[in-house]
Amino acid sequence: MNVSPMRVYFDYNATSPLAEDVTDAVVRATRDVFGNASSVHHFGQQAKATMDAARSAVATLLNADLSEIVFTSGGTESDNFAIRGAAEALEPTGRRHLIASAIEHEAVLNTLKALARRGWRTTLLSVDQSGIVSPDRLRDAIGTDTAVVSVMQANNEIGTIQPIAALAAIAHEHGALMHTDAVQSAGKIPVDVRALGVDLLSMSAHKFNGPKGAGVLWIKRGTRMQPVLTGGKHERNRRAGTENVPAIAGLGVAARLAAGKLSVEAPRVAALRDRLEAGILRAVPGTAVNGAPESRVPNTTNISFERVEAESLLIALDLEGVAVSTGSACSSGTLEPSHVLRAMGLAAHRTQSSLRFSLGMFSTEEEVDRVIEVLPRLVEKLRGLTRKTVPA
Amino acid sequence: MSGGVDSSVAAALLAEQGHDVIGLSMQLYDQSEGHTSFGSCCSIDDLHDARRVAAAIHIPHYILNFEKQFDQQVISNFVQEYVAGRTPLPCARCNSDLKFATLADRARGLGADAVATGHYARVERAEASGRYLLKRGVDSGKDQSYFLFSLTQEQLASALFPVGDRPKETVRDYARRRRLPVANKPDSQEICFIPGHDYRSFVTRRAPEAARVGVFVDEHGDVLGTHEGIHRFTVGQRKGLGLASPTGTPMYVLALRAADQQVIVGPKSSLERTTLTASDVNWILAEPNQPLRAAAQIRHRHKAAPAAVRSLGDGRAEVVFDAPQTAITPGQAVVFYDGDTVVGGGWID
Ligand SMILES: Cc1ncc(COP(=O)(O)O)c(C=O)c1O
Repeated sequence: MNVSPMRVYFDYNATSPLAEDVTDAVVRATRDVFGNASSVHHFGQQAKATMDAARSAVATLLNADLSEIVFTSGGTESDNFAIRGAAEALEPTGRRHLIASAIEHEAVLNTLKALARRGWRTTLLSVDQSGIVSPDRLRDAIGTDTAVVSVMQANNEIGTIQPIAALAAIAHEHGALMHTDAVQSAGKIPVDVRALGVDLLSMSAHKFNGPKGAGVLWIKRGTRMQPVLTGGKHERNRRAGTENVPAIAGLGVAARLAAGKLSVEAPRVAALRDRLEAGILRAVPGTAVNGAPESRVPNTTNISFERVEAESLLIALDLEGVAVSTGSACSSGTLEPSHVLRAMGLAAHRTQSSLRFSLGMFSTEEEVDRVIEVLPRLVEKLRGLTRKTVPA
Repeated sequence: MSGGVDSSVAAALLAEQGHDVIGLSMQLYDQSEGHTSFGSCCSIDDLHDARRVAAAIHIPHYILNFEKQFDQQVISNFVQEYVAGRTPLPCARCNSDLKFATLADRARGLGADAVATGHYARVERAEASGRYLLKRGVDSGKDQSYFLFSLTQEQLASALFPVGDRPKETVRDYARRRRLPVANKPDSQEICFIPGHDYRSFVTRRAPEAARVGVFVDEHGDVLGTHEGIHRFTVGQRKGLGLASPTGTPMYVLALRAADQQVIVGPKSSLERTTLTASDVNWILAEPNQPLRAAAQIRHRHKAAPAAVRSLGDGRAEVVFDAPQTAITPGQAVVFYDGDTVVGGGWID
């Protein structure tokens, strides 16, 4: 309604703005590096070199070997590739059971559903009230026929960090592969594939100031995988298709920036997030934080506003120039009750009154204070009107 | 904004007049799992159309998820009415219980002063009484005041119908001139949540108990055959009865008796009645304390007929037509007009 003096973007977990160096790298590669990386000639070599630079930046970020990195079109493809590729590779061994947590991204959940329709047995692990998967749950669910265990390192809605190393150890005791979706953790917290002890790890460039449509599946050396996209011999026969070199160049720069600045950037963003969270809890009565405050990525907070439809508050904030999100958007763009908050056992009215604030590289104290300033008035107005429709 | 031409033009007109306009669309049923063939209005394509129009006229646009409310307030009533042997009017329920209730509340929560829709109707304030009046749209072929009779004074006070004082053709012309992406989109005809007009299978899917075998009886109580559930019939229906009349005259549905699953049939002449009673009557003009003369309309496509209307108290009213009317149908609305002005209306018993 009001012409807002300032637009605040607190939806970095949906996607993030490009870092300036990333934009430059994408533009440069688009303009100057048009060759096909598979070609023998100079132009091909130039493209290959651009990809090599990106590959080594990613390897540094993940503490991985160059040969273990496969470029994909993003987090969704990486998750599909990890689960489908491993499930198919292990099919001849009779391992036809897949496990994931109940709070995974749809990229994982719907992949399991698709495989369930084709005969795989699937189990979803429940989480506790703060959204954490306990290793005991996995121990109960896993069996000698389990092929893959997939648990995200950090959740996109609440930011909760999972005990991946402990889960991986259990998976390996039973001869299963361990995959982690690190789309929301890569670039935000240290992600060391060796320390995590996993076999497969997904990441996506656009969640840490890289371009959309570029991602990575890290595949531990020696892991048996079937390709999902079949065709030419790209990416060591693991992922066919002429590579999107400009996007990969941007991914590489984003990975390099993240690796270089993580130790400074993570505490800076955490301080902003904490200021925002404390400010909201203080300024708006009837608010509570969802998730695990002591174990989450530094940029995310998920807050429920008693007696407010999150859908309305999101719109009211947008009209004030503040972009946040809630739950998962469905195809038309409306909001659905969050499967994550539901899995945590939150009451229906609380799942429908929760907003996610996710900060990042360009977030400032001024923006945080602006949000704390506008929220109380909007919430008060909505509470005056939604009393009837939201069970308290 | 439904994604149709009328609400699109309504929004464009208000924006052009300099109002601060927020576009809102309602998602009314699950679009996520391939239900896109569910109905015609407010399908996912229509929601995208609404978004495109909002972008074209530079207003913010949001889709509100009203699946649960629509199910509880409109669809379940629709199903119950058929099961009870009545013929529902879901668009009127949707207007009073959803659009001008829940949606309007949401809009006010966002700071809106009024809620505008693409209905062909007009709201005016009566100087003398201060009451808000509901009037027919100027395009009599498109008038939708019949579906709005149950709006309260409070609801009318903040309702805007920007296309209500225009003929449909000028609305389309305006859409073309403004190059709205929906300018040439056909008008929607169906009930939005019923695909291909097949309400019968929709009702039995939602209420399997409705598909109970019953009998056709004539006016004398003689059994003429069996049918597969009274929800399949509506008063005045002739087609699809599968009955051979003994005398060769066409048979019509005269009444539906839910209690014993009977469909009463008879000749056309028996469909005529001069009297009806209505419940949940909403008086837009003050409730009369003596019978008043009005033109009463008993269906969307019925020419309002002269009648005497009397309040019976308790939200009920009796209507006595000057001349017999054909197929007065329980569950439909009866709306009383004084010229173009809606005096009030209720649900036919
Ligand atoms: C946890 C998680 N996994 C996977 C994805 C999908 O990634 P992408 O958008 O790159 O396909 C997302 C992003 O929405 C995510 O948050």
